[in-house]
Amino acid sequence: MIPWYQNLPLWVTFLPLLGALFLLFVPKGSRRTFELGALAFTVADFLLSLPLWFQYNRHDGGVQWAFSADWIPSIGVKFSVGMDGISLVLLLLTTLLGFIVVWCSFTAITERHKEYYIWLLVMQFSMLGVFITQDMFQFYLFWELMLVPMYFLIAIWGGPQKLYAAIKLFLYTLAGSVLMLVAILAIYFLQLKVTGKADMSIASFQAMAGVIAHQSHTFQILLALAFFLGFAIKVPMFPFHTWLPDAHVEAPTAGSVVLAGVLLKMGTYGFVRFLLPIAPGATKELMPYFMTLALIGVIYGALVAMIQKDMKKLVAYSSVSHLGLCMLGLFALNPNGITGGILQMLNHGISTSALFLIVGIIYERRHTRLIAEYGGLSKTMPLYATVFLIMTMSSIGLPGLNGFIGEFAILQGAFQAAPWLAVLATTGIILGAAYMLWLYQRAMFGPISETNAKMADLNLREIAYFVPLLAAAFWIGLYPKPLLNVLEAPVEKLVRQITPTYYDQVDLTKGQKEAAKVGMAGMPAPAEAETHEEAEPSHGGGH
Amino acid sequence: MQRIAWLIPVLPLAGAAFHGLLGRRAGKKAVTAVALGTVGISFILSLVLFFAAKGADAHRLDYTYFEWMTVGTLKVPFGLVFDPLSTVMALVVSGIGALIHLYSVGYMWEEEGYARYFCYLNLFVFFMLTLVLGSSLPLLFVGWEGVGLCSYLLIGYYIETDYAPAAGLKAFLFNRVGDLGMTMGMMALFATFGTLTVADILVKAGHMSPEVTCGVLTFATLMMFVGATGKSAQIPLYLWLPDAMAGPTPVSALIHAATMVTSGIYLICRLAPVFELTPTTLTVVAWTGGLTALFAATIGLFQRDIKKVLAYSTVSQLGYMFLGLGAAGFAAGFFHVFTHAWFKALLFLGAGSVIHGLHHQQDLFKMGGLKAKMPITFWTMVIATLCIMGFPGTSGFFSKDEILYLAYLKSPALYVIGLLGAACTAFYMWRLMGLAFWGEPRDHHAHDHAHESPWTMTGPLAVLAVGALLAGLLGIPKIWGGHFAIEGWLEPSLTYGKAEVAEAAEHGSHALAWGLMGLSTLVASGCALAGFLIYSKGTAAEEAFAERHPLLYRVLSNKYYVDEGVETFILAPVRWLGNLGWKLFDVILIDGVGVNLPGAVTRIAGDFTARTQTGRVRNYALGMAFGTVLLLWIFLK
Repeated sequence: MIPWYQNLPLWVTFLPLLGALFLLFVPKGSRRTFELGALAFTVADFLLSLPLWFQYNRHDGGVQWAFSADWIPSIGVKFSVGMDGISLVLLLLTTLLGFIVVWCSFTAITERHKEYYIWLLVMQFSMLGVFITQDMFQFYLFWELMLVPMYFLIAIWGGPQKLYAAIKLFLYTLAGSVLMLVAILAIYFLQLKVTGKADMSIASFQAMAGVIAHQSHTFQILLALAFFLGFAIKVPMFPFHTWLPDAHVEAPTAGSVVLAGVLLKMGTYGFVRFLLPIAPGATKELMPYFMTLALIGVIYGALVAMIQKDMKKLVAYSSVSHLGLCMLGLFALNPNGITGGILQMLNHGISTSALFLIVGIIYERRHTRLIAEYGGLSKTMPLYATVFLIMTMSSIGLPGLNGFIGEFAILQGAFQAAPWLAVLATTGIILGAAYMLWLYQRAMFGPISETNAKMADLNLREIAYFVPLLAAAFWIGLYPKPLLNVLEAPVEKLVRQITPTYYDQVDLTKGQKEAAKVGMAGMPAPAEAETHEEAEPSHGGGH
Repeated sequence: MQRIAWLIPVLPLAGAAFHGLLGRRAGKKAVTAVALGTVGISFILSLVLFFAAKGADAHRLDYTYFEWMTVGTLKVPFGLVFDPLSTVMALVVSGIGALIHLYSVGYMWEEEGYARYFCYLNLFVFFMLTLVLGSSLPLLFVGWEGVGLCSYLLIGYYIETDYAPAAGLKAFLFNRVGDLGMTMGMMALFATFGTLTVADILVKAGHMSPEVTCGVLTFATLMMFVGATGKSAQIPLYLWLPDAMAGPTPVSALIHAATMVTSGIYLICRLAPVFELTPTTLTVVAWTGGLTALFAATIGLFQRDIKKVLAYSTVSQLGYMFLGLGAAGFAAGFFHVFTHAWFKALLFLGAGSVIHGLHHQQDLFKMGGLKAKMPITFWTMVIATLCIMGFPGTSGFFSKDEILYLAYLKSPALYVIGLLGAACTAFYMWRLMGLAFWGEPRDHHAHDHAHESPWTMTGPLAVLAVGALLAGLLGIPKIWGGHFAIEGWLEPSLTYGKAEVAEAAEHGSHALAWGLMGLSTLVASGCALAGFLIYSKGTAAEEAFAERHPLLYRVLSNKYYVDEGVETFILAPVRWLGNLGWKLFDVILIDGVGVNLPGAVTRIAGDFTARTQTGRVRNYALGMAFGTVLLLWIFLK
C-alpha cells in the first residue's frame, strides 16, 4: 500500500465529496455552518493540493501518482488515477477557484444554503475527478457528473431566465457527450477486435492511435469529428457557443466563475488529452477547418462582446473569443502553440473568473448588470477600480501580466503553422482591448450618479479572495519559467504523439544551424537562408 | 556595476508602488520626495552607467540577470543592455523625466489625485527605462506596452470628465494596433533568426547581405515599423496623439513629446542593421515620415488650442525623424530625437506655464500680450521656437538640416516635402508665439489674473532652455567645422554585429550641403517672419482669411476630417457588424433556427400526441380496434 501522501491527487479529489457528505448531516437552519464548513473544506483542499506542485517530477512527461484498482474487470474498467503536468496545473486552478467561489457566495446566496454549498462541493469533486482520471469509463462518468451540480446551481439560484439557461446548457453539452461516447465505444470495440483485450485505460486508448491510423479514411474522420463536437461544444467554439452567454448571465456569480474558470477548460483539456493523441492523422487533415472555426470564434466573439449592454454577457462573449485563441494555439500542433494554448486555459481561468467576480460585486450592490447604469465608480471605489484595471489588463494581454505570455506563445505557434491565421487573429486581440477598455471606461470613469456615489468599496472578504488571483496573474506574467517547466515535458510527449518525428526534424535543423554557425565567418549568407527554408515545413506539422 | 544597473528601472517602480499603496496616507510632501528622489537617483545611476559603457569593450555592457521565459524553442533572458544608444536614451528619459517631475510638483499641487498622478508618472519612467534598456525584444515590448498603459492612465487622468478617458481609450487602441504589428514583427524575426535577443539578432543579421533577404525579413521590418507608427504617431496611426493632449500638460511634455513617442525611432535604431537589409522598408519609412511631417504641419497651421498646435507639431517632427531613418541616416534621426526632446519638452512646459497662469485657458484666440506678464516663460519659449524652426546655430537647425540633406540624397521629392513642412513649422510656431505673447490681450479678465509660475515650474524651463541651445553641439556638421559627433558616438550601436563596417560613403558636395542649408534657412525665416508679422497684431488676419477661403480653412482647422472618416468608415461598420453578427447568427440562426425551433417542434409534437391520452376507455378501445384491423390487413393481404 502506498502511503497517503504519495497518493495526494486522490485525496484532493475526494475531500470535497467528504465535505459534501458532512454538510448533508448538518441541520438546515445553521447558515453560518454551511458557509464556514464549505470554506474550510475547500481551503483545506487547496492547501492539500499545493504539495503536488513540489512532488511533481518535471522531467517526466508521463503519468505520475499513478494508482489503479480493478473496478469492472469484465469490460476492462479500472478505477485508475494519475496526472501529468497539464492535469496538474488545471487541478491547481480548480482547487484555487474552489475556495474562492465558496467565499464569494457568502452574501450573494440568500436561500437554500445547505443545498447550495453541497452542490458546490460536488461540483468541485467532479471537476477534479476529470483531471485525475486515467480511465475512459471513469472519465465519462465524471464528465457527465459535472453537469448535474451545474444544472442545479443555475436552475435554483439563477436569474429570471434560469430554467431556459439550465436546460439549454444540459442538452447542448449532453448532445456533445453522447457523440463522444460513440467515439469512445468505437475505439473500445476496435481495440477488442484487434487485441482481443478489453482495456478502458486512457493510455491504451492513446496507444490505439497507430491502429486507428490504418483504419478507413471515413472512420478516422468520423471519429475525429465525434470527439471534436463533444469537446467543441464544451469549449465552446463557434457556432456551438450560444449556451454559454445564457448560462453565464443566469448563473449566480459562483456558477459563472466555475463555468468560466474550469468547466470550459474541460473542452480544451479533452482536445489535449484525447483528440490530438488518439487521432492525430485525421486532426491534421481537419486542422484548417478547426483553425478557421477557432479564428471565427476569436473575431466573432470579440465583435459581439463589443456591442453587449450587459456586463456579464460581455464577459461571456469575451470567453468565446479567448477560448478561440486557445484552440488556435492547440491546433497549431507545435510546442509553442500547445504550450500557449494550455497557458491560455490557465490565464483565462484566472482573469475571466476575476472579471465575473468583479461584475458580481457591483451586481450585489446595485442589482443590475447594465453597463449604462454605472459610471465614475473609480471615484468612490478606488480599490475596486484598481483590481478591475489589473484584471482588464490581464485579460487583454498586457505584458507583465499573465495573459500576455499565453497570447504570445499562441501567436508564435500559430505563426509557424499558418502565418495568415495568426495575423488575422490579432484583429480579435485588438477588438479585445477595445471592448474591455470601453467597458472599463463606461463603468469606472466619467461623471457619477447619486445612487452610484453611495456604493461601498471592496470589503476585507472581497479583497481577500482577489489576492490569490492577483498574485497568480503577476506571478505568471513576471516569472512564468517554473510554470513553463512543468508543461515542457508533457507538451513534448504530446507533440511526439502527434508528429513522432517533430523533434528529430527540429534537432536536425538545429544541427545544421550549429554547423552553419561554426563556419559562419567565411560562409556566404545564402546558406543561412536555405536552412530556414528547409526548416519551415517541419514547423508546419500540418502538411 | 551589474549589481546596481538594475536599480535604474526598478527605483521608479518602487516609487510608483509607494505612491499607489501609501501615497494617500503619506501626504503630498512624502510623495514629492519619493517621486523626485527615485527618478533623480535613476538619472545619476544612468550617468554612471553611461561612462561605464563608454569605457567598456565595444562601448557595450550586456547584463543578464536570469532566464525569464522558455516556451518551446523560444528562450528569453531577463537582461539589460548599456550601449551608446540605450544610455543616451536612458539619460534623456531620466533627466528630462526628473525635470518634468519637478515641474509637475508646481503644476499639480492643487490636484486631489496628487499621489495617483505621481504613481502613474513614476510607473511610466519605469516602463520607459525597461523599453530602452531591455536586452531582448520581449522585454522591450513589456516596456513598450507598459508606457502605453501609463499613457492611457495619464491621458485619462481627469476621470470625472467624459473626454479625457475617451482620449485615453483612443490612444490605447491606436497603440494596440501598432503593438500587434510589432508582435507580428517579432514572430517573423523569430522565424528568421530563431532568437529574440537583440544582440543575437544583430549578429546573425550582420552576416547577411541585402541581396539574399527573403520576404520574411521585409515583412518583419515592415511590421516593426507598423509598431513604430502606432507609438510614434505616424500616418495612419497618428490620430491619438492630438487627443492625448486631454491629459495634464507635464504629461504631454514628458510622454507625448520628449520620450514615449520617440520610442518608435528608438526601436528602428536598435534594429538598424536589420532595417538596412530591407531597403523596401526604409523607403516606406522615409515616405511615411516625410508625408506625416508635411501633413501634420499643415493641420498645425490653424489650430486654436495651444496644445493642439504643439501636438501636431510633435507628429510632424516625429515625421522628420522617420524621414531621417528612412534615408538610412539612423544617427541623424536619433539626433533629432535628442534635440527635439529638449525643445519640445520646453515648448510644452512653456505652454503649461501659460495655461497655468491663465487658469486653464488653452485657446490662443483668448490670449495675447503675455510677454510682460510671464517673462521667463516668454524668453524660454522664444528659444524653443527658434530651435524648432531651425534658426541657424540652434540645436533644431543642426538636426533638421542633417535630415533634409539626407532626404535630398535619397530623393529630391522628399527634400521638397520636408522643406514645405519646415516652412509650415516656422509659420505656425510664430503664429503661436505672436498670438500668445504679443498684441493686445483678447480676454482681459484672464489677462489681469495672469501670473508667472512658481520656481518649480520656471526652473525646469530654464534648464531645458539651456539644454535646447547646447544639444546641437553634439551634432555640428562637417561643413561647419564639426564632425557630427553623435554619429561616431552611436556607431557601435548602429553597426553592432556587422561583419565588416563599411566606410560611410560621402555623397554630395559641400556646395550642395551649403545650398540646401541656405535654402531651408531662407524659407523658414521668411515663413517665421510672416507668421510673426501677421499674428502679433491679433486674430483679424486669420478671420479674414477664413472668410475668403472658407473651404480650405475649414478642412485644415478640422484636421482634414480624418477623425470623422474613421468613425464613419471603420468604427460604425465594426459596431454594425457586431450587431448584425449577433442578431443574425446568435439570435436568429443558431438560437432561433438551430436550438429553439427544434425545441418548439418537439414540444408541439409532444402536445399533439399527448391529446391522444384522453383517459377514456372507449377511445383506447377504438384505437386498439383500428390497430388490430390494420395489422390484420397488413399480414393477411
